[in-house]
Amino acid sequence: MILWLTILLAGVATFATRLSFIQLYGRRTFPEWLARSLRFVPPAVLTAIIIPELLVHDGGLDLSFGNFRLLAGTIAALVAWRTKNVMLTVLVGMAVLWALQFIL
Amino acid sequence: MEIAPRSDTPTPASEFLSGLRDELPILVGVIPFGMIYGVVAVGAGLSPVTAQAMSLIVFAGSAQFLMAQLYGLGTPALVMLLAAAIVNLRHALYSASVAPYLRKLSGPWKWLLAYLLTDEAYAVTIIYYHKPRPDSTHDYRHFFLLGSGLALWSTWQLGTALGILLGAQIPASWSLEFTLTLTFIGMVVPSLKDRAGAAAAIVAGLAALLAFALPLKLGLILGSLAGILAGLIVERRQ
Repeated sequence: MILWLTILLAGVATFATRLSFIQLYGRRTFPEWLARSLRFVPPAVLTAIIIPELLVHDGGLDLSFGNFRLLAGTIAALVAWRTKNVMLTVLVGMAVLWALQFIL
Repeated sequence: MEIAPRSDTPTPASEFLSGLRDELPILVGVIPFGMIYGVVAVGAGLSPVTAQAMSLIVFAGSAQFLMAQLYGLGTPALVMLLAAAIVNLRHALYSASVAPYLRKLSGPWKWLLAYLLTDEAYAVTIIYYHKPRPDSTHDYRHFFLLGSGLALWSTWQLGTALGILLGAQIPASWSLEFTLTLTFIGMVVPSLKDRAGAAAAIVAGLAALLAFALPLKLGLILGSLAGILAGLIVERRQ
């Protein structure tokens, strides 16, 4: 139930954001500082998710070779950097994770 | 044989078809992206119905990925909402940039086109709107956004549905939820082209790590804000 409400409210928020200036045309302009900060949103939010996902294991920092997600994620980052291809990044990362889980 | 006259005056139908046509190359990438979303949403523990409902109601790829990921991590609803709202802020910029072209439309038209204003529809539409065009009394360019928007919408819904069907077949031991983290890596790494962007990412990652133990997943919000601030500061210094 809470999940449905969250989805509904996220939908309303997304719609309101998209409609904002279309509806208010001529009455409001987009603040300049906000426009400049927008391009930093994706790298900031996504990295704030990625880093703890890779480095935190069972509630603590895990920088050992036993941390398969860290290894798979690091190799995936190299693939992303070299190829700029999201699909390939996902495929290689999952292949490394499965290989490590299977072998060790 | 008569040569068909070159049509200089666009009609609603021709604008709609132009929008569809310009959106086509993008759709090739949207099908797999929608499928990945469907697979990981189910992997994160969303039911097939809620996973599809998210595509219909939220209809914003990156926010949906984010919400699925956060749901899988057991994040409180309010933090999920806040995170989705921050990620979707860029749509206000799109809204401001297409607003002059849609100003004469009726309310329902504006609402429909706002619902369809995704990254992918905006990208082709704004390029088209910025092209010089002959003056004519009738401007049907809103049909272009309708065409590109509906093309993207139906493809996204279809991709999601296929991914959900596929994801429901895959056992949990495959760690499919990790594809979400990998998708984010694939999206972030190539986008770090300058020092300000890299600073935003590094500071956000470190701050999120330091604040990881905070309740309610607030580390994510704090980390994001610290990263955005770092990006702005580095940009100003250059």
